[in-house]
Amino acid sequence: MARMKFLCDADRCIECNACVTACKNEHEVPWGINRRRVVTINDGKPGERSVSMACMHCTDAPCASVCPVNCFYTTADAVVLHSKDLCIGCGYCFYACPFGAPQYPKTANFGSRGKMDKCTYCAGGPEVDGSQAELDKYGRNRLAEGKLPLCAEMCSTKALLAGDGDIIAQIYSQRVAKRGYGSGAWGWKVAYKETISL
Amino acid sequence: MASTFSKVLLAGLTAFFLSVSLLAPPAAAQAPASVNPTAQSVKEQQLLDALKPGQALSGRASIPNKNAATLIQPGRDWRAYNQETLPRLAAIAVLGALAALVLFYLLRGKIMIDAGRSTMRILRFGAIDRFVHWLTATSFLTLALTGANVTFGKTLLAPIMGAEAFAAWAGFAKLIHNYVGFAFMAGVALTFLIWVKDNIPNMIDVKWFAAGGGLLSKGSHPPAKRFNGGQKIVFWSVVLGGAFMSISGWHLLFPTNEGLAEVQWHATIHGTLAFVMLALILAHIYIGSVGMEGAFDAMGSGEVDLNWAKEHHSLWVKEEQARKGTSRISGAAQPAE
Repeated sequence: MARMKFLCDADRCIECNACVTACKNEHEVPWGINRRRVVTINDGKPGERSVSMACMHCTDAPCASVCPVNCFYTTADAVVLHSKDLCIGCGYCFYACPFGAPQYPKTANFGSRGKMDKCTYCAGGPEVDGSQAELDKYGRNRLAEGKLPLCAEMCSTKALLAGDGDIIAQIYSQRVAKRGYGSGAWGWKVAYKETISL
Repeated sequence: MASTFSKVLLAGLTAFFLSVSLLAPPAAAQAPASVNPTAQSVKEQQLLDALKPGQALSGRASIPNKNAATLIQPGRDWRAYNQETLPRLAAIAVLGALAALVLFYLLRGKIMIDAGRSTMRILRFGAIDRFVHWLTATSFLTLALTGANVTFGKTLLAPIMGAEAFAAWAGFAKLIHNYVGFAFMAGVALTFLIWVKDNIPNMIDVKWFAAGGGLLSKGSHPPAKRFNGGQKIVFWSVVLGGAFMSISGWHLLFPTNEGLAEVQWHATIHGTLAFVMLALILAHIYIGSVGMEGAFDAMGSGEVDLNWAKEHHSLWVKEEQARKGTSRISGAAQPAE
């Protein structure tokens, strides 16, 4: 089985935020929640780079470890998903996540958290693949249709890569070798405890 | 003539452009090889290496959520603490306290009223005192159980209950925890207001501790006013511990735009302090119930046996006996008959 990963080539990202918008539209993500976002480092200074970031679907994911109701699970493609039926909205996964991926709709009293929402790698949730219940809770299940995450599929500069970790690492290595520079595979060291040697 | 002029002009222009081109190379000469587009580029590894522990890699995000600008927070210390250290510390604190209490009971037994029960009673805690005590006590125990569920539930309860039932209970427990927190905050604030005047540490407490509080040997009763040294420790632990629990709990209850590191600190303080307080309160519950004859009456009916009061709060009884106006002492001075 493939080990699915995201890789954002920051030297290509132009901060157009189309990945953010496409994700929100594809999954009907609730107001106030962004499963993906673009962060600009050194904004306005020399060496400015933008990185599109979402859930990195970590190896040995911290969110799953700290969850008090064990609502997380890892698919055969190494995608980290969770059950909104089990989630109690305690916030612990957000405290533990290195990438700030988990977010909560503000539905309950005192602005306390609703059920957690995060990037599903376009792989839905525990419900039957492609079912209405899955669509309502987690959004589209593109992986079950044989498609890759939409954010990466529609990236205009092909900065954001999604797919099997070995293959996208190879693509990135080739790019870096050809153009002579690369700022690194953002988040890989933290998420997978390994990175791409350039 | 015209051709001579044009020759001179051509030569002049050639010389001019040559000199210009020698001074500043034309654009065509700025080949990619001479310019390094990454000379001032950022490298993830360099940025990560530059971070101090607890720091996060941040930039700017164009969406309103301030937390979105945090790109990578590499530390996994909170996870390790929350999943390994905290459950271990909590188990040691709570089981250690229980073991110590059982050992104390086996060695010392129930602390009896040495002079036996008298026929007279003295009002120790009025209705307001007892209301504040039980408001704080019941809310604390509710919070302790629903809070401990977050740390130990998935290991102890979930295998028995099943994932769905446990998640339903945990969701309910979270709601209870969120609401009852306010009752506890009120209880702690009232505890402080009504009892602080009797809980200022003084030299009597030093002597009380020097005598081991009379806990270690029968018949030893170091003098104490309304609250002895041990009770003052419980009071200040509840007030200060409760304040820290309230502040950290408030931050966890109301998600704010503060950084992740701050929220992690609030969660760490909240979890750690909770189990420390639980261990202490177990000792408080023991000595107020099965551990000492006559002690529960103080928070039960509010009236304690006069002999109990004389033994454990001798200076307070003297103050009460010397008090003018309505006496808090009731009952027959002599047994009827």
